[in-house]
Amino acid sequence: MTVVEEYVALDLAALEAAASSVPDPELPVVTLGDLGIIRGIALAADGAVEVRITPTFVGCPATEVIATDVRAAVADRLRESGAPDIEVRTRTAMSPPWSTDWISDAGRRKLAEHGIAPPSGAARHAGGPVAVTIGRRPVSAAPACPRCGSADTRELSAFGSTPCQSLRACRACGEPFGAIKPL
Amino acid sequence: MTTSTETSTESSASVAQYALQLGDDALILSHRLSEWCAHSPELEEDVALANLALDLLGQARTLLTYAGSLEGAGRSEDDLAFLRTEREFRNVLLVEQPNGDFAATIARQLYFATYQSELYAALCDSTDPELSALAAKAVKEVAYHRDHAVQWTLRLGDGTEESHRRMQAGLEQLWPYTAELFFADPIASALVESGVAVDPRTLRPAWEASVAGVVDAATLTMPADGWQPRGGRTGRHSEGFGLLLGEMQALHRQYPGASW
Repeated sequence: MTVVEEYVALDLAALEAAASSVPDPELPVVTLGDLGIIRGIALAADGAVEVRITPTFVGCPATEVIATDVRAAVADRLRESGAPDIEVRTRTAMSPPWSTDWISDAGRRKLAEHGIAPPSGAARHAGGPVAVTIGRRPVSAAPACPRCGSADTRELSAFGSTPCQSLRACRACGEPFGAIKPL
Repeated sequence: MTTSTETSTESSASVAQYALQLGDDALILSHRLSEWCAHSPELEEDVALANLALDLLGQARTLLTYAGSLEGAGRSEDDLAFLRTEREFRNVLLVEQPNGDFAATIARQLYFATYQSELYAALCDSTDPELSALAAKAVKEVAYHRDHAVQWTLRLGDGTEESHRRMQAGLEQLWPYTAELFFADPIASALVESGVAVDPRTLRPAWEASVAGVVDAATLTMPADGWQPRGGRTGRHSEGFGLLLGEMQALHRQYPGASW
């Protein structure tokens, strides 16, 4: 018993690395670690390994696939380490709420390289009354075109192919592209 | 000791009811919005309305799961969504109203997203950690819902004569149902003192100022108060609600326990 606990405790960092290296099912160019949605890993009282995951958007349909992939990746690592019998669980950690500020620099670079504009401008932080936006949004918040780099882009729709993206088009080269929207 | 336990059980039951109210609002509006998919005026709107529906479904899943766990009767989110009958749903009448034309849907969105923005901003300070965590997350998503409704209200209101007429008609048609959002419901009222719930009445001034600002900028007119139907919070719903549930619950009832 003691031996098992010590063994797993020593390996928690490696297990977290395994969870963090899982590719996002909808944006496979980035990992869950790049997105900043793995919130930690711990040994539960019953000896199971518990990974805390936070959703990007509450209703993101990828959430369950992400949890399944994380459990598989951590279980694989445990098996390789000679501890195949340890149960792996995932838990949703809603607080603190995820914002686009959690996406790593490496994640931002990989998104841009694959034609998805990383979030631009400050994230929308919670608290206080919600500001009324009438008319066009500030131009400074416009993300640059991931194809030609022009800052002259326009929003086609605030809602895109995944809950976390908006749909934009570049006025300079004409490329339509997805952009991670500030949250 | 017994008294303390009883109070705690009673309080859990109230919080479960409160979570059910908020969860049912999100679930039913999510279903109404999903009815637009493949029927919107443009492809981007199919995607946008489906996105809004998905966000609301995420809120509903969290809230119904929480309500089920507090209730302690072993009911899951699916049991609550798919196996209750009309009279057991606690959503306000506004969210179940038929979609109407696109302008009516936008009017419903303007009213409800503005309400939800104010509600979740206030609920961030709830003493219930589950509710405050969800509110802190959802308030940022709902800001996009409100923005979507504001942009369309401006375009339709300040657009052509026909779009102006339809947007005004949508505002008028749904206005009566907004009163219920701010009614001092006994479930919420009982939880205000402990800091779990928000008193719905306190949300009205900011909501009304916010809606009026948009309506005015869109060259439209704020509807006048008149008939104020309510009853959703006690399970008395409008006629179309049974058809909505029939469609929403059909698969789960025909194939109990079905999974992907």
